[in-house]
Amino acid sequence: MTRKDDTGSLRRIRALIWKETLQVTRDPSSFVVAFVLPALLLFLFGFGISFDATRLKIGLIIEEPTPETEWFVASLSNTPYFEVQRATDRRQFIDQLSAGRLNGIVVLAGDLSERLARGDTAAIQVITDGSDPNTAALASGYIRGTWAVWQAQRNISQNARMPGQISVNQRFWFNPELESRRFLVPGSISLIMMMIGSLLTALVVSREWERGTMEALLATPVGIHEFMIGKLVPNFVLGLCAMGVCVVASRYVFHIPLRGSLLTLIGFTAVFLAVALGIGLLISTVARTQFIASQLAMLVAFLPGLYFSGFLFEVASMPAVLRAVAKVVPAGYYVRGLSTIFLAGDIATVLVPATLVLAFMSAVLFTLTALNTPQRLD
Amino acid sequence: MTPLVSIENVSKHFGAPSVPAIATLCASIKPGQVTGLVGPDGAGKTTLIRLIAALLTPNEGRINVCGLDTIRETSAVHASIGYMPQRFGLYEDLSVMENLVLYAELKGIALSERKATFDRLLTFTDLARFTDRLAGRLSGGMKQKLGLACAMLKLPRLLLLDEPSVGVDPISRRELWRMVYDLVHEGVGVIWSTAYLDEAENCAEVIVLHEGKVLFEGDPKALTATMDGRVFHVRGAGADRRRLLASALRRPEIIDGVLQGEAVRLVIAKEAAAPTSEELSPSQNLDISSVAPRFEDAFVALLGGQPKRSLPLDTSPAQVSDDIPPVKAQGLTRRFGAFTAADNITFSIKRGEIFGLLGPNGAGKSTTFKMMCGLLRPSSGTAHVDGLDLYKSPAAARNRLGYMAQKFSLYGDLSVRQNLEFFAGAYGLSGAKKRAAVERVIAAFDLTSHLANNAGSLPLGFKQRLALAAAIMHEPPVLFLDEPTSGVDPLTRREFWSFINAMVDRGVTVMVTTHFMEEAEYCDRVALINRGMCIALDTPEALQASVKSEALPNPTLEDAFIALVEAQNKTGEKAAA
Repeated sequence: MTRKDDTGSLRRIRALIWKETLQVTRDPSSFVVAFVLPALLLFLFGFGISFDATRLKIGLIIEEPTPETEWFVASLSNTPYFEVQRATDRRQFIDQLSAGRLNGIVVLAGDLSERLARGDTAAIQVITDGSDPNTAALASGYIRGTWAVWQAQRNISQNARMPGQISVNQRFWFNPELESRRFLVPGSISLIMMMIGSLLTALVVSREWERGTMEALLATPVGIHEFMIGKLVPNFVLGLCAMGVCVVASRYVFHIPLRGSLLTLIGFTAVFLAVALGIGLLISTVARTQFIASQLAMLVAFLPGLYFSGFLFEVASMPAVLRAVAKVVPAGYYVRGLSTIFLAGDIATVLVPATLVLAFMSAVLFTLTALNTPQRLD
Repeated sequence: MTPLVSIENVSKHFGAPSVPAIATLCASIKPGQVTGLVGPDGAGKTTLIRLIAALLTPNEGRINVCGLDTIRETSAVHASIGYMPQRFGLYEDLSVMENLVLYAELKGIALSERKATFDRLLTFTDLARFTDRLAGRLSGGMKQKLGLACAMLKLPRLLLLDEPSVGVDPISRRELWRMVYDLVHEGVGVIWSTAYLDEAENCAEVIVLHEGKVLFEGDPKALTATMDGRVFHVRGAGADRRRLLASALRRPEIIDGVLQGEAVRLVIAKEAAAPTSEELSPSQNLDISSVAPRFEDAFVALLGGQPKRSLPLDTSPAQVSDDIPPVKAQGLTRRFGAFTAADNITFSIKRGEIFGLLGPNGAGKSTTFKMMCGLLRPSSGTAHVDGLDLYKSPAAARNRLGYMAQKFSLYGDLSVRQNLEFFAGAYGLSGAKKRAAVERVIAAFDLTSHLANNAGSLPLGFKQRLALAAAIMHEPPVLFLDEPTSGVDPLTRREFWSFINAMVDRGVTVMVTTHFMEEAEYCDRVALINRGMCIALDTPEALQASVKSEALPNPTLEDAFIALVEAQNKTGEKAAA
């Protein structure tokens, strides 16, 4: 290529970036996608979803009330975790449990005092609604925890230490309060960035097809790769703005610590954004209408991110095929990297491999896009 | 003279090769003149223009543009042509100036030349006052001019205009032609594609396309001249003229015929004898005179004339009383904020009349039409259909009218019969009544051969028939047509109007909007809407007569339209000043 061509090409790219920027500033929908949507989704995920148990509805059956059972009931009711209803016969609660109005039933059998005296470990019975395994596990865990605490207190007050009892001293690093929000917010940020990145480019390119401007552009000396760069640059900046909104919200609204450096966060995000924009561009090579583009972006970028990033569903417990699928979902690498930067710090052993994988993915995506982009209308 | 564009044995198909969009086509286009690419929708005009613009690659053959091969030298071709696609290729959220700057940068106009180029084009297109306005806020005619300016930034050797006049009113159309002639004087070769046959007469040469093949290539006047002495106006039939037209068309020597205001225009076969009053209608004394042929006459003759079929149309509206006008608008006004889109519009349509609603883009024609259909509530005034107020008893009033929308509003993936059954149900017919209605329109519109086919796969003429059949399923006494034949070839248009004429003959009243002056001539009376007001209401011939002057001894309906609209715009501007 001659020098003259180069300057012409740079000039065209500059003009396209300028045009795209003007369109972004005038189009309220770009503003919504870059600033309102991330905030909205983050609040939805941050406040709406929680894996922490509060006000679990528990039916308590006391077949034979004694002072000891009353003591246990008090310790169960005095935590923020349970809402306790009482009855003397379990049949009263079975229907409510199956209707989903109760999260669990605790049965204190009539011979509770004898069992306790024997040191029986199965002194109480816990029944939970297994159709909702998350809540069931939470409920039974919390109830057992309360039982263990109560038992310990009882032993202290009776000065009779049970023989052979092991006490476990648990410590959770990086998220000591085990607040699920601390994990959910970085996870949602990665989903949001995935969606915004792919949606932005897919929509703006298909819009050119839809409005017939693509045809006019193709008939000028603009090369298709100049066109793509003209689309990428402004949307990359817009994507970083969306990230800014997310970071500010997570820091000051959700009080998520940022233990890594801001620079690492921006750099890592930039690499991921290249992947997301690349997916959008690849979609735009086949989608000629905004409707199809947004459907494809949901299908190709958002849904796999939701299911396979390990942020809502545990990947390790999936079948081997799905675990293999999860390996190629970029959002997964970003979720792990992002939670590391937020909750643990700049940890090279996590971030460097993730960055390399993402960089490789973006290279593959851009190559595919370059190969598939139509230079003509047919 | 070396041709500007030479097309050699070019074929292009999308999908199966058995249905080519362009089939082994050869043509050559000369520099420094306007070449018209004429043909109905689906003839292959856009495909051919895109092939010349190097936006499509031919499957076979080669195209040479300005000495460059479109396959191998794509970017060089792009650098030497100007191309205006169908929707003008403008960024609607950028201003006029920003659009110009963008295209100037993309085409590599030197910064030192930019100002002079912009000044020249803005003066040329008369857009200098609107440089800050967003392109999306321009009228159709102004968008078209801006599109032209963007295509002209670097004075091209070849300018390709793909249907620049679609959806643009006659005034803007005429201005565009003026600008294009100016360019031709500067040595630019222009290819102008159009479905309007009257535009062919403005071209130095035409290529008539039909189903991807060249039907005629050369001087349009030479083609029109072959029809000399074969075209006649028949006057004096009065209200019987539709029946006269239908019976004349059954005669073997008459190959084409349309209504033109009060006259019936008939075209006879080559070497046939001129029609006589005795032959056409023994009971009447008709005045028959030979008139100058038009390009459209030649085009229809080239396609073998209007197909001879007898119309089995046998559908009549429910009985109605004659003393109330079937359609009546009284002081219809519609305001959008401070803007009055329709201002005190009053008219009344007689039974069995075809009434046309004409006007430039944005004049309030569509607003008026929507109010008459009950789709838009007037700010004041009333609209009656068959004596029923559209806003007091909307359901009953709407049941008295049939409405055929501009766009194909049938379900493309349902069969013809399923579409008909659906619409019968939508009009509240059921059981035996529904079956009878469906069978009646199938017979009336001769749809039997396509009953099981999906509506989306029908040929255009059948689609239109089906749309009309669906609109009159409930036998309405009033029929509203919104630009029913825009982009349709002359034969399909004639067929469509033969159904309309037959229905009018049975007492149906028709109101039609159109941009198409030939279609306007089929009307008994037309209302001309401009700036929200009804500025003229008369027969087409009276309107033509009203603008007759020394400068315009023989005004066409288009001349009348332009003169009347411009006269009102002038007085309006004076009043505003």
